[in-house]
Parts: sequence; structure tokens; C-alpha cells
Amino acid sequence: MFGTYLARELFHRRKQTIIVAIGLAIAIALVIVVNSVSAGVRDAQATALQSVYGVGTAVTITQPPAVPVAGTTQRGPGFDFGAGAGNTADGSTTIRQSRLVTGRGSTAFDATALATAQAVSGVAQATATLALNNVSFSGTLPTGGQRQAPNAGAPTTGGSDGAGGSSFSVDTFSVEGVDVAGAAVGPLTATTLIDGRTLAASDLGKNVVVIDKSYATSATLAVGGTLAIAGTNFTVIGIVGSTSSDAATASNTYIPLDVAQSLSTLPGKVTSIYVKATSASSVGDLKTALEKALPNSTVSTQADLASTVSGSLSTASDLVSNLGTWLSVIVLAAAFLLAILFTISGVGRRTREFGTLKAIGWSNGRIVRQVAGESLVHGIIGGIIGIAVGLIGVVIVNVVAPTLTASAAAAKRTGLGGAGGGPGDGSAPGFGQRTAQAASTTNITLHAPLTLSIILIAVGLAILGGLLAGAIGGWRAARLRPAEALRSVA
Amino acid sequence: MYELTNVTKNYTQSKRKVVALNDVTLSIPKGQSVAIQGPTGGGKSTLLHLLGALERPTSGTVTLGEDELAALGDSRLARIRAKEIGFVFQGFNLIPTLSAQENVETALAPLGLPTRERRERAVAALENLGLGDRATHLPFELSGGQQQRVAIARALVKDPEVLLADEPTGNLDEQTRDEIMDLLEGLWREKGLTLIVVTHDTAVAKRAQRRLHIKQGKVTER
Repeated sequence: MFGTYLARELFHRRKQTIIVAIGLAIAIALVIVVNSVSAGVRDAQATALQSVYGVGTAVTITQPPAVPVAGTTQRGPGFDFGAGAGNTADGSTTIRQSRLVTGRGSTAFDATALATAQAVSGVAQATATLALNNVSFSGTLPTGGQRQAPNAGAPTTGGSDGAGGSSFSVDTFSVEGVDVAGAAVGPLTATTLIDGRTLAASDLGKNVVVIDKSYATSATLAVGGTLAIAGTNFTVIGIVGSTSSDAATASNTYIPLDVAQSLSTLPGKVTSIYVKATSASSVGDLKTALEKALPNSTVSTQADLASTVSGSLSTASDLVSNLGTWLSVIVLAAAFLLAILFTISGVGRRTREFGTLKAIGWSNGRIVRQVAGESLVHGIIGGIIGIAVGLIGVVIVNVVAPTLTASAAAAKRTGLGGAGGGPGDGSAPGFGQRTAQAASTTNITLHAPLTLSIILIAVGLAILGGLLAGAIGGWRAARLRPAEALRSVA
Repeated sequence: MYELTNVTKNYTQSKRKVVALNDVTLSIPKGQSVAIQGPTGGGKSTLLHLLGALERPTSGTVTLGEDELAALGDSRLARIRAKEIGFVFQGFNLIPTLSAQENVETALAPLGLPTRERRERAVAALENLGLGDRATHLPFELSGGQQQRVAIARALVKDPEVLLADEPTGNLDEQTRDEIMDLLEGLWREKGLTLIVVTHDTAVAKRAQRRLHIKQGKVTER
């Protein structure tokens, strides 16, 4: 009888069934799409972070930039040229100088912090790096400078345009000094070797460099070639790419840490320590312990670092976490309310029916089960339609595959969220500069994964909505006194 | 069969106390046919609801067989209604989404009978009332007389001891009224039911063995 009555009610009151089911379906579909896109954005953030911080890095340790002293002026790297600097020919002097400096926002600190970090309980592995920028200044100016005597009879010659003019450019690329011992944590762990070999323990103290694939292409470099860093020639021994097809690697170039420290005149200094935790669940405790052990340092977990990702990925993340989540909650609440109101209204309309059934011997429990059963089926129908619509939505997202840009490396380097080398950035001041910081902007294709847990959540919500409406409707029906229900008809 | 002793039933309507039944003492033997008449608001339906175990008296006792109805819980009262009492209403009160046969089956659902037996008994009840060919019809596809016959089949399919009818011919024309009353009378004689009919219609009331009149909550014999 239960099934027959339920089926007849659903069929004959199909307008109500359709409205409630559609309301729930929209809510369920929205939950699926928002959850799926949210998971996709999380994955994209992880990809962006992984390309910068390496696989398995749970915590990074840096030091905040020193607070400027009042009355002093911060300036970028300076270039000093002596009176006889450069090569002079045809009335022009060509000058060139390279320096290896830490980026603005990065602070070099004592490498002994690495040993301190390694001694902290919960640290599985740690490695230190020195993140630098190679800034090259080159230019052509007329011999003797650009000063002109006011009454000089002969016109000025020489310079870049042959008429006394000057031309300057500043070229910047990033250089990462890494531990050559092959640590299982750090930026190089997120790379794959494309050509040549990677750094090995035997490279300690050697002028060898591993180059990011994108930078190698733009600088037309290949294995066996030579790259000048801070005026010193390095032999290219390998080319690496990101493990993610979408992202670039953390730096343009990788050199042995001791060489980087020596060339940048920062002996015994590092800018970051990458820490791998013994357990993913203990990252919070590890962060606290590291903060205690290194009180002057900034200890960031992956979750903290996710907030440093900028670009359209960040916008998407905000959109999903704010608008998407709230929209889901509001639509879900509205759908639940709709289901409850329709059920209550249905019970009100069927007062005579329930009064009659009670008069012929139906118990309260039987009537509650009937009402709850009908609402539950509304929920299940809504859930099925919602899952189908949600799946279509997720497929559409994956077919469209929007490309999101993420700026994670720049955020790390400068703490300002801007790409290295922008005017006033400090790491590469001046004009006519060219920036080639590989990981400053990463394009990531958004893939919205659909997991069993998302489907189960959707099914659970649909059933919950049905049960909630059924429980409230059933309670209303059970409260009807049979005599009053029959009297209300009269 | 029924023993009512000093039964009073009060209601509160718009913060005003309404005495629907006032110290009624009444005995209805098994197998008797009784007509209850009286003006609107006199307490006819309240008496029928008390007899049908649909509500409890404010004071006094209502006994059906061995059961003192006011002392029983809701589930026990539902059980008594399911097994011993059949109801017929003025407005037929059929479930609009169920067919004639399924409507009859609703009366058997609380008895926990197997589906097959339930269907067979419902079909047999409809055939007895001349509605065998209307079993699959929905209520709106039937005439008023046919709907009331379906309601009677629903009331009698469980073989109750009591049949309570609240204005069973109130919505029917004269000819159909007589047909329905002939039917009820025949079933009463055939099954030995206790038949209690509330009616405004004197022609209907006159067919009963016993006529009661209720006015301002007081019951008198006619």
C-alpha cells in the first residue's frame, strides 16, 4: 500500500513533485559544480606552489625584510664604473657589468638556521637555498660623457646614435643557489630533467648551471653552452622543466649554493629553508615548533602560501570560496525551504485525507512514514537530476578548461605580489630593462575533478533535504487530531 | 455493545467554552440500527466521533465491548478503528489519487494483510456493491452514488462490528439516497452490524430501529 499510495501521489501531484525536485536539483547541481571547481582551484594552487616550492615541502622558512631606518633611502643594486671602464672605439664607450643580488623583499640570513630547523622534532628533511637575481647593466655612451661645451664649435659625435646619444639596458634573470647533495625537498624536486644532467655532489664549488627550459629557449642556451652570471662564465650542464605541464620552474637558473654565496658576497647566507614534515597531519605543530626555534623567521605552511598566489587563479579562488560557497548555501537553504513549505502545504491540503485515514485505522506512524516517504522520493528525484546537471556542468568546465594565471614565485621573492623587475622593484632598477623571471607568472588550466565524495555529499544533501521536509511534514500530519481533521472539512 | 455513562464533551471555541454533549448516558446493543437527528451544532457529530474512538470525552466513560475508549492510547484506538469500526462520510472522503480498489484497500492496510489477500478482498467488496467494473476508476470518474458505494465498500471490507455513517446521503439525490439506504439496510441485516447513522433526513431516520434526538448536548429518545 505504501508504494502504491506513494507512486500515485507523486504521479497525480506531479506539478508539486517537479517544482520540489527542480529546486533541489538546482541546489545539488550547484553544490557539485562549486565543490568540483573548488577542488580544481585547490589543485591549481598546489600546482602553482609546487612549481615554486617543490614537491613535499610542508613548510618554508624565510626572514622578513629589514625595516628601513628613518632618514635613509633604500636603493637597488648600484653599478660603479671607473674612469677607464669599458671598451672605447669610434668615439663610443661600451660598458657592461653584472651583479648577483638578493631580490627586494628577500632577506639573506645565516645558514646555521638550517641546522636549527633540522633539529626540530617533526622535520623529516630540510634544505636551504639562496634566491638571487643576476642584474646586468650594459650600455653605450659617447667617449668623454655627454657633457657639451655651450660654445663648442664642432658637433658632438660617437655614442649609440653617432651624434652623442647614449643607450642603456638592464637585463635580469633569477639564480637559485641550491644544495648539490640532492635533497628530496626544495625547488628542484618539482622539475624534470629534459636534457643533460642535474646538479650532483661533485659539482660543489664548480661554475656549472642548470637552466629552466623556458629561459633556455628565450636565451637560446643549450647543454654545453656558456652563461655569464655575475661576470663569471658558467657551463650549462642541464635543462629542466616543471613536473606540471602548465607551470614553469621556480627559477631561471640553478647553481651550487656555495658558488652562489661566493659570487653574491653572501658567504654562509641563505634566503629560504624548505622543510619536509614527517607527517602531513603534524604540519601545524611543526610550524609552531619552528617558530619557537627560529623566532626571527617567518614560517609559512602550504596553506599560508596559498594566499600568496595572485593572478586570475586567486580571483577564481576568491570567487569560488566566497560567491560560489554562499550561492550554494543560499540555493540549498532555499531548496530545503521550498521542499518543507510544499510538504507542509501538501499536508494542509490533505487534512481531510489524513483525517479519513486516521478514522479508518491508520496510525500516526503509518501516516508519518507516508509523508516522509513522499518527501524522500522528492529529494531522491531532485538528487538524481541534480547530479546529472552537476555532471554536465563539471564536464562543461573541463571542456572549456579556462586558463588561470598564478603569480607565486614573485610573491615569494618580493612579498609584493609583483613580477620581479618592475620599475621601482629594486631588484632591477632603471630603464630599458628586460625581465625573464621564469616563475613569476604561471598559466594553469583549470581542471574540475569529480570525486566520489562530491557525489556522496550531493546524494546526502538530497536525502537530507527530503528527510527534513518529510520529518516536518510528517510531524504536522501526526499532530492532526482525526476528529478535528474531519471537522475542518465540514 | 456501546455504553456511554455521564459523558460530557466540552470544546473551547474562540476562548468560549462550548458544551457539545452534556451528561449523556446511553446504551446501544449489538446489531441495533440507530438514527441520530438534531439541529446543526447540537452534538450529533461529536457523539459519532466519540463512538468512533476519534476523540475522548471530557468526562464520563465510553465503552465499546470490553474496551473503555477514554482510557486507551492513540495507537490502541487506531487499532480499534482499524478492526472494529467502519466509517462512511457525507463527502465520501475518498483519496482522490487512488483508484476505487486502492481506496478500499486503504482500510485493510493497517491490518497487515498480504498484498494478494488485500486486493482480492477489495475487489470482492466492490463486486458485492455492484462496482466490479469500476475498480480501476479514480473517484472523480465516478458518480456521487458510486463514490459513496466505494466508501461503503471501504468501511465494510474489514468486516467491522460497527458501521458509523455521518450524513451518508447528504450529498445525493433522492433516488440515489434510497439506493444507498437500501444497500446499508441490506448489509446491516446480512452482516448483523451495529449501524449508527447521523442524518438530517427524517425519511432516512425512519428506516432505523431506534431514533435518538440531540439538542444542546442532551440526548432524547424519539
